[in-house]
Amino acid sequence: MYKYLLGWRYLRTRYIALASIISVMLGVATMIVVNAVMTGFTREMQDRIHGILSDIVFEARSLDGRPNAKARMAEINEIAGEYIVGMTPTVHLPAMLGFTVNGQYIPKQVNLIGIDEKTYASVSNFGKYLQHPENREKLNFKLKESGYDVIDSQASGSSQVKPRLQMKNAGWKWRRHNARNAWPKLVVPEDQLKANPFYNPETAEVGSDFDPATEQHPGCVAGIGLFDYLGEDGSKLFLTLPGDDVDLTYPSSGRPVRMLSAKFTVTDFYESKMREYDTGFVFVPLRTLQELRGMIDPTTGEAYFNTIRIRLKPEVDLEMVRDKLRAAFPPHLYVINTWRDKQGALLAAVQMETAVLNVLLFLIIAVAGFGILAIFFMIVVEKTRDIGVLKSLGASSRGVMAIFLGYGLSLGLMGAGVGVIIGLLFVRYIDQLADGLGRLTGQPVFDPSIYFFHSIPTVVEAVTVVSIVLGAILIAILASILPARRAARLHPVEALRYE
Amino acid sequence: MSDLSPLDTPLSDWMNQSDLPLASTESRPARGVSPRLRIDLPDPTVGPLLKAQAVYKSYRKSSLEIPVLKGIDLEVRLGEFMAIVGQSGCGKSTLLHLLGTLDAPDQGEIHFESNRIDNLPNAGRELLRNKYFGMIFQFYHLLPELTTLENVLVPMMIAEDGIGYWRRRSQHRRRAIELLDLVGLAHRQKHKPRELSGGEMQRTAIARALMAQPRVLLADEPTGNLDKATGEEIIAILRRLNKEQKLTIVMVTHDAQIAAQADRTVALVEGRVQDGAVR
Repeated sequence: MYKYLLGWRYLRTRYIALASIISVMLGVATMIVVNAVMTGFTREMQDRIHGILSDIVFEARSLDGRPNAKARMAEINEIAGEYIVGMTPTVHLPAMLGFTVNGQYIPKQVNLIGIDEKTYASVSNFGKYLQHPENREKLNFKLKESGYDVIDSQASGSSQVKPRLQMKNAGWKWRRHNARNAWPKLVVPEDQLKANPFYNPETAEVGSDFDPATEQHPGCVAGIGLFDYLGEDGSKLFLTLPGDDVDLTYPSSGRPVRMLSAKFTVTDFYESKMREYDTGFVFVPLRTLQELRGMIDPTTGEAYFNTIRIRLKPEVDLEMVRDKLRAAFPPHLYVINTWRDKQGALLAAVQMETAVLNVLLFLIIAVAGFGILAIFFMIVVEKTRDIGVLKSLGASSRGVMAIFLGYGLSLGLMGAGVGVIIGLLFVRYIDQLADGLGRLTGQPVFDPSIYFFHSIPTVVEAVTVVSIVLGAILIAILASILPARRAARLHPVEALRYE
Repeated sequence: MSDLSPLDTPLSDWMNQSDLPLASTESRPARGVSPRLRIDLPDPTVGPLLKAQAVYKSYRKSSLEIPVLKGIDLEVRLGEFMAIVGQSGCGKSTLLHLLGTLDAPDQGEIHFESNRIDNLPNAGRELLRNKYFGMIFQFYHLLPELTTLENVLVPMMIAEDGIGYWRRRSQHRRRAIELLDLVGLAHRQKHKPRELSGGEMQRTAIARALMAQPRVLLADEPTGNLDKATGEEIIAILRRLNKEQKLTIVMVTHDAQIAAQADRTVALVEGRVQDGAVR
């Protein structure tokens, strides 16, 4: 009983101990905030990577691809059909994108992906990263009249979102405007033609009357990062808008490999906020790409594919399905990977970063532990005579030890408790805090144009919070063991005589 | 000493528990014949209440050994008020600590109600200090964080676990208030020690020492830090306890006048009981 009473009174009368509570509290709060942000960031990134890559990617090694996607998909279904939600064949190619801005030709190295617009949505979250609401609903490669997002649809009400004013004009409106302002077509009068001795009306090439003001080339969805740049005020500007034409240059199928080039009309932008993807991907209709590359067998009409993307049911073990498929298909023809395998290095790096941060932050709490150790030693020295008195009244060494261990436990509990509350509040209002801090310092703490997130992603995991709290309490107890043992070992007579 | 609390187990019962390593069982009478502790009057078969037999004690200061007690023989009889006098450093406080099991002798034996107690394991010594010996000190040694009443209650808090104490808290409180009343401090229950005078603190310490209804009160210079008048008040309280409640008191003092009020005085000189100085 005296242990509780004295522990409680020491807690109430020794304000110096609060110093150690504060350090435990700060350590716990920081760890919660950092973990929430790191986990949020990782999740967000994984979501985006996953959104593009689908669960399992079944790739043919050959650039020519493999025939008969339907048969392969049927085989896959036979092996792992119970776990599969959707599948879609695609064609994946290294390619070059080129476009003209003010007379300059700008080339970009890209991954060209032919997708089947009907089934692609069943394997990835591709749609939600597009800029036109209709395309988000249901993708097609037709240029829209207008209505492209001026305010980023992925931003959630943060004050830092800057409108993309150029997008207001994107679409057919932009295309017609460009067509009007283009150099007029050179038309040679018929009598001049006839004056030409080599003119032969039968063999003369008559150009198709492609009218850019009313017609579009095959549509393509290009990564937003291929065209964007930041304006002086930090808003996003574009070199090319939906409605402009671009050239895509890609290798042909068959031997020898030749470079082919075709014009496409940008019909939408793709913005996953993962810079690597946003600057690297261009999506075009699968059938168009197969035709352009000569991937359709002229005798059978069968189209070749080089990747099948597979989406699994939630909670299905990716590795298990991957291994099943790997066992079934010849490895010299197909590479089968999960999305995690494909982004292994990046995910591992983020994981490593989180682990290192956690170790460093836990050291803050360990430092708090040393604070408790020092303060407790002080209190034990100060209380030496009282310890002698307690022992002279029959208190056991264990009882005396319990006073200080209990004291340490309460400090740990209080520090961790307050730390959890502060940490969670911080996480809850992190955007407002970042905004406020940004205004205060004049330097945005979290610049969405750099991070490509409009709000700081956070995820609080109960397991993490509980482990942080337990760790903090454990450290507080460990730090009080030495002083408590010292108190317990005091000889009553010497303690009573202590001046 | 008629009103014993339920906690008050006879010491010999406790000491007869076989799992406790006792140093010597030979000198103790057989069980059943054993004189119980719950006795109010001196019983000729009991012998002295507290006995020191050829006790030696020395302290070590670095490599130097300083002998303090050099063969003390002393008997404290049930119900007596005994004073141990001597100059500073003669070992009287050390002797009191040995009698109160706060320390162990290098040689010799201490007996309490015919049981050897100097070689008891810690748990046994703690029980003795908690329930059988009451102690008061020159510097009162109250716990500064607790109120007067709580200080008096500390021995019961130590004796019982949290639940047990909580169940009997009103009973304990009642007794503590009675004791404070006995020493004239009923009106100071809620005060912290720093708000009390020296005399009041010592009276609180006496109430605390009596809380567990001890067999013997060991007082180490109880008036040493008090002015003459206050010191006499304290002695008057001790005297009254001895007379009215038949409480055995062993008091250490260097003041001959104070010692003169005891039934019997033992003088220590250089770690030995002075021949012929026993009154």
